[in-house]
Amino acid sequence: MKSVVKKVVSLALVAGMALSSVACGNSNTATTSNSGSATNTTSDALVWKIGSTGPLTGGAAVYGTNVVNSAKLACDEINAAGGINGYQIEFNGQDDEADAEKAVNAYNTLKDWGMQLFVGTTTSGACVATVAKTSADNMFQVTPSASSTDVVNGNTNVYQICFTDPNQGIASAQYIGENALATKVAVIYDSSDVYSTGIYEKFAEEAANQSFEIVSVGAFTADNKTDFSVQLQDAKNNGADLVFLPIYYNEAALILNQAKTLGYDVQFFGCDGLDGILSVENFDKSLAEGVLLLTPFVATSTDEKTVAFVEAYKKAYNGEVPNQFGADAYDAVYLLKAMIESGNLTPDMSTSDICEALKKEIVKISFDGVTGAAMTWVESGEVSKSPKAMVIKNGEYVPFEK
Amino acid sequence: MKKLLKMSKTSKQNYITYAMVLVVALIAGVMDATGNMSSLMSGLLVPVCAYVILAVALNLCVGILGELSIGHAGFMCVGAFVSAFFSKLMASTIPVAWIRFTLALILGVGFSALIGFLIGLPVLRLKGDYLAIVTLAFGEIIKNVAAVLYVGRDSKGLHFSLQDTMSLGLEKDGEVIIKGAQGITGTPNDSNFVIGVILVLVTLIIVNNLVNSRDGRAIMAIRDNLIAAESVGINITKYKLIAFSISAALSGIAGVLYAHNLNTLMSTSKNFGYNMSIMILVYVVLGGIGNIRGSVFAAALLVILPELLRFLNDYRMLIYAVILIVVMLFNWAPSALAFREKVKAKWKKTPDSTKKEVA
Repeated sequence: MKSVVKKVVSLALVAGMALSSVACGNSNTATTSNSGSATNTTSDALVWKIGSTGPLTGGAAVYGTNVVNSAKLACDEINAAGGINGYQIEFNGQDDEADAEKAVNAYNTLKDWGMQLFVGTTTSGACVATVAKTSADNMFQVTPSASSTDVVNGNTNVYQICFTDPNQGIASAQYIGENALATKVAVIYDSSDVYSTGIYEKFAEEAANQSFEIVSVGAFTADNKTDFSVQLQDAKNNGADLVFLPIYYNEAALILNQAKTLGYDVQFFGCDGLDGILSVENFDKSLAEGVLLLTPFVATSTDEKTVAFVEAYKKAYNGEVPNQFGADAYDAVYLLKAMIESGNLTPDMSTSDICEALKKEIVKISFDGVTGAAMTWVESGEVSKSPKAMVIKNGEYVPFEK
Repeated sequence: MKKLLKMSKTSKQNYITYAMVLVVALIAGVMDATGNMSSLMSGLLVPVCAYVILAVALNLCVGILGELSIGHAGFMCVGAFVSAFFSKLMASTIPVAWIRFTLALILGVGFSALIGFLIGLPVLRLKGDYLAIVTLAFGEIIKNVAAVLYVGRDSKGLHFSLQDTMSLGLEKDGEVIIKGAQGITGTPNDSNFVIGVILVLVTLIIVNNLVNSRDGRAIMAIRDNLIAAESVGINITKYKLIAFSISAALSGIAGVLYAHNLNTLMSTSKNFGYNMSIMILVYVVLGGIGNIRGSVFAAALLVILPELLRFLNDYRMLIYAVILIVVMLFNWAPSALAFREKVKAKWKKTPDSTKKEVA
């Protein structure tokens, strides 16, 4: 009996070790970030301390890496140009593994380090946990990409750069309805993902007011996201002429591929999560031809700010192309800079005083960034900016004109 | 004093464990209260308590009962969700935090024990590897059910669904309490370090007393030799179920503590998946299978260690894994054990031999 237990224990442990080291392996190849390192610190002079957290290891590492790298890039650029109000920035990025408990630990680590401004958390679930802490500490928090409404509800110190999920759902439904893109719509979404369900629910609600109907709904979960033939077949049988994909690009790439195999030629429509689909490895770009997406940021845009950001990012991080998460984080840091300058703040103020001053600034500001022009914020923390409709033509994103 | 001396060796050891926990907790508590502790460490106090309870609970199952369970994160999940659901529901009805928490604790533990009992009925008929695999499956089932559960409340009462929030059919002023993958948001933060330490001590007392009782000896007899135990008339099913259910209930305590420490509770593979179950098993094995005190310290150490390694940046989890392997080898490899014995013997011999020389 005992020996069997021992055998199984050792097997399980070996499996555990292997898994954790695989996770590490991933992170090391995926991240070239230098989290935790300070940028250009001048000794004992006053500095701005900006912190950020995101998943740098594990399955969601690509998002956290983009956020932390881009925020660091923005800080480096600002430092090179003389800092904010003459003070340099120190940046610290921590790993939160996209887990609520670890995110609180990461936030506490940053607090011990002396953080004054928080650019985080990357993922919604973890962000809700840190928001409770920043709210208690009255620390000013700008989240680049936590898009759930729970993030900004019930507090005054947290602001979002990204759209909230409901906004995306409503905007998508309205866009499809107003432009009469379809009469029968199918939806395929990830029911285990906060982002995806958030968009789908509001989309379904708003669809009732629009000229199209939802004829098929296919859900999948994170554990089961490789075969979509059932969902696609269902959409096809119900005669959907547009498939709405409120999901991330990795699964979307598979869906496009499998739709072609099924011989199902249909209009696909997505949200900002689809940005990046053209850079999926081994993905046949012709499959994405004609896909519509509603997004605030595309890396191949010819907009002057976007080009500068993408070039700088590529140069700093081995030619990798930033995604929308990174763009949001980049905007977050520049937004902080703009507000600190207009409010004439200095780093010797207490964290709470800085937060109070910034709260007054953010409702006044109109900010031009890479994820939108003339962005404004309301007191409740949500951003107002207009999404751009893009269509994929000849392997490029181009603005969609009806 | 006389009573103390008369105490059996095991109870003396148990009291030493309680005293150690109390002293460490007291030092940590005083440091935290006087502001001498970093935010990171003070934020870790409650999670450490939760994982210590989990490790002790699993040790009861693996070390004392001798049945390997890799689904204990599932029982933690039950305790966490039931109690967080109750607290969220009653947040306005019961404004006094400690009454609400006590009720949530009783409910959470009760449900985990019930689920443990129900799962134990079929599972404990299996042995060894088979049992391990089935507990793994049940743990995953619990996690996945929690991730698709939708519960809402309006003036008509509670609504349940496994699909989405729309199918709950809530009235306009209705409130969604459990939101599928998004879980429960806005659980009141009712747990604190004092409650955590009390619960750790309660867990330790329950497990230690069980082990030293008639029931405990029956349970260990089953572990050591099933056929012999059966032949002397021990009711195998009953004692296996007792140990398994208690172990599940104690995991539920950890879940309650975990859920009331964070503002949000989601069922992900990170916190309630089999990775977590294996992590708890690592605490137990590192501390020594069947060694309750070892579990306490191994769990505390392994929860704090990855946070202390943050300065390593991207290499953090790599180094953590390496440290685990090294410690595990040092503790359990036969040659390492022999080496330790040798060192111990040498160290013991030297004072002896000097004594002889003097004589």
